[in-house]
Amino acid sequence: MTALLISFFSYRFHVKTTKTKSFIGLIIPLCAVLLALAIGAIMLLSLGANPISGYATMFGAAFGSVEGFSETAVKSIPLLLVGVGICIAFRANVINIGGEGQMVMGALLATAIALAFPDIPSLLLIPMVLLAGAVGGAFWGAIAGALKAYFNVSEILSTIMLNIVAVQFMNFLLRGPMIDPAEIARGTGIPQTMRLTENADLPILIEGMRMHLGVVVALFVAVAAYILLWRTAMGFRLRSVGYNPHASRYAGISVPKNVTSALAFSGAMAGIAGAILVFGSESHRMVTDGGSTGFTGSAGFNGIVVALLAGLHPLWSIPSALLFGGMLVGANALQRAAQVPSALIIALNGLIVVFVVSSEYFKQRTLQAGRVEQEEDDDE
Amino acid sequence: MMMSDSFAVMIIVATIASGIRLATPFLLASLGEALGQRSGVLNLGVDGVMLLGAFGAYYTVLQSNNLYYGLLVGIAIGLLIGVFYAFITLNLQAEQGVSGIGIYLFGLGMSDLLFQKFVGTPRPILPFMPLDIPVLSGLPVVGEMLFQHSIIVYIAFGLVPVMSFVLYRTTYGLNIRAIGENPEAADSLGVSVMATRYSAIIIGNGLAGLAGAALAIELGIFQQNLTNAMGFIAIALVYFGAWSPKGVMIGSLVFGLVQAIVLQCKTFGVIPRSASDLAAMAPAIITILALVVVAKRFKQPSALTKPYVRGG
Repeated sequence: MTALLISFFSYRFHVKTTKTKSFIGLIIPLCAVLLALAIGAIMLLSLGANPISGYATMFGAAFGSVEGFSETAVKSIPLLLVGVGICIAFRANVINIGGEGQMVMGALLATAIALAFPDIPSLLLIPMVLLAGAVGGAFWGAIAGALKAYFNVSEILSTIMLNIVAVQFMNFLLRGPMIDPAEIARGTGIPQTMRLTENADLPILIEGMRMHLGVVVALFVAVAAYILLWRTAMGFRLRSVGYNPHASRYAGISVPKNVTSALAFSGAMAGIAGAILVFGSESHRMVTDGGSTGFTGSAGFNGIVVALLAGLHPLWSIPSALLFGGMLVGANALQRAAQVPSALIIALNGLIVVFVVSSEYFKQRTLQAGRVEQEEDDDE
Repeated sequence: MMMSDSFAVMIIVATIASGIRLATPFLLASLGEALGQRSGVLNLGVDGVMLLGAFGAYYTVLQSNNLYYGLLVGIAIGLLIGVFYAFITLNLQAEQGVSGIGIYLFGLGMSDLLFQKFVGTPRPILPFMPLDIPVLSGLPVVGEMLFQHSIIVYIAFGLVPVMSFVLYRTTYGLNIRAIGENPEAADSLGVSVMATRYSAIIIGNGLAGLAGAALAIELGIFQQNLTNAMGFIAIALVYFGAWSPKGVMIGSLVFGLVQAIVLQCKTFGVIPRSASDLAAMAPAIITILALVVVAKRFKQPSALTKPYVRGG
C-alpha cells in the first residue's frame, strides 16, 4: 500500500526542480493533516454530531469573523512562539519536549518581576517582563542542553523530567509564597497570584477585541528566528551541528556549546510564550490548575505539531500556528454548539503529530523516486 | 511506650504496603517500556496508552461489574495501540520521540473525550479485594506488608522474574537484545528484526494498557489526566533501572515508597500542602540525577530510536 502511495505521488509530481521539491515538502504533511481531520470526522460522526456542520462550525468560529480571528490570533501566540523555538532546536538536532516546563519557568520569573516592581511604567515594565520570560525559559532549556552536551543525558528524558519539576515548583509557589493574600484571607485558597499590576497589561490592539501586543511580539520573534537561523553565523553553526556534528567539530564548531544554546534559544521562546499567557490573560493573574498540566493548555506539546507541519521553518510556522489556534477556538465553539467535548481537539492534535511525523517517510521516498526518474531521463 | 511503639510499627507496615501497591502501575508500565527499548524502540506514549487503558478498564467494570474484564480490556487497548505504534515507527520509520508525544496527546484527549461523553460524572467502582496468600499472609508484619495485596500486585511482581528469564535465558530474549544492540548483525544471522520489534512493542504497549487498568481499578475511579504524568516517570524508571527487569522493579519500589511516605505525611499533617508540592518534585529530580549517573556507567541499547533499514 505504501509503495502505491509513493508511486502515485512521484507520478503526479515530477520532482525535477527545487520548486516542486518544496511543493512536495508542503503537500505531503498537509495530506497528513487532512487524513487526521478525516478520522476526526469519523469520531464526530460516532459521537452523534454531523462532521460537515461540525467542521463548518469550528472553522467558521475561528476564521469567519473579525472577532473570531482575533480570538484565533490570541490562541496562536503561544503555539507560534513554542513552535518557532522547536524549529531552532530541531534544526540543531535537539528534540525539545520541554516546552511546557520552559513556559512555566518563563511565566514564573516574569510574574515575580511584575510582583516586585509594580510601579515601573508600562513602557519599561512590559519589555522587562517579556525579557524575564525569555530568561526563565532559556535557563530551563539550557539545563537540559548542558545535561545533554556535557553529561550525555538524553534531552528527551531530561526535558520531560524538567517539565514535571517546573509544574510542581509552580504549584508550590502559587499555593505558598506567591499566592494572592486575598485568597488566604477568604480561605478559598485558589492557587493564583493577585491581579498583577496594570502597568504590565499587554495593550489591546483593536478596541473591543482580545487581540493584544503579544501577537506582534510573536510575529517579531518568528522573523527574528528566521534571520537567526539563515542570516547569521550563529544560526549557521546551529544548523551545521544539527546536520553533521562530526564535520562541525572538524570545522572547529563546538558541538556542546551549540547544543546548549539551541535549547536555550528554544526555551527562551517558550518562556516568552509563558509570560504572554499571563500578562495577556483576561484575569491578569498567574493561575495553576494544581495538577500536572498547569496553565499552558498543552501549548508546549502542541507547538511541536506547529513546527513539524511548517517543515521546521519559522515563517511557515505562522500559518501553521493560526491553523492550530483556530482549531482550539473552533473546538470551544463546537462544544457549545454540538456538545462535543473540546478534548476532541487534543486527541486530534495527537493524531496530527503522529501522521505528520509518519508522512516524512512518504516525503523522502517521493523525493528519492523523483531523483531516480530524473537520472533515467538523463540517460536517454 | 509500648502502645506508641506498636503504633509506629503499624504505620510503617501500612506505608510499606501502600508503597508496594503504588509501585504496581509504575512497574507494569516500565517493564513494558524496558522490553521495547531493549529491542531498540523508544515509546514516549506510555502515559497516553495508560490513560486509554485506564478508561477502557473503568468503563468495562462500570458496565459489567467484572474486574477481570476490565483488566483484559486494558490489555487489549494497549495491544491495539502497540500494533499502530509498531506500524508507524517500524514500517514508516517515524521519529520515535515525537510520534510518542503524538500518542500521548491522543490518549490524553481521547480518554477525556470518551469519559465526558459516556460517563460524565465520576461514579466509583469497587476495587479488587485483597487476596491473602495462605499461611504467608498470617505472618506477623511481613504478612501484612507483602502477602495481603490484590491479584494485580502479584501479577506485576511475578512478571519480573518471568521477564528476566525471557530476556536472558531464551532465544527470543537473545534476539531482542541482539536487535537492540546491532540489528544488522542479527539480521544477517536470520533473525527477523521486524517481527521481533513488532512483538516487543506490542507486548510492551499491552503492559502499559494493563498498568492503566490497574491504576483505574486500584483508585476505583476515572478522571481527566488520571495518570498525572506517571507514564513519563515509568519511562524514566527504565533508565533508572538500567534496562534490567530487576533494576526497574527496584526503581518502581523506591518511587512507590516515596509517594506513600508523602501521602502518609500529608494525612498526618506533618507537612503542609505547599511542601508536598515540593516533595512531588523529588521523583523527577532523582531521575535527572540518576540519568547523569546511568549515562556515565551504563550504555543504552545502541540501536535505540534508530530505525532499521536493510542495506541502509
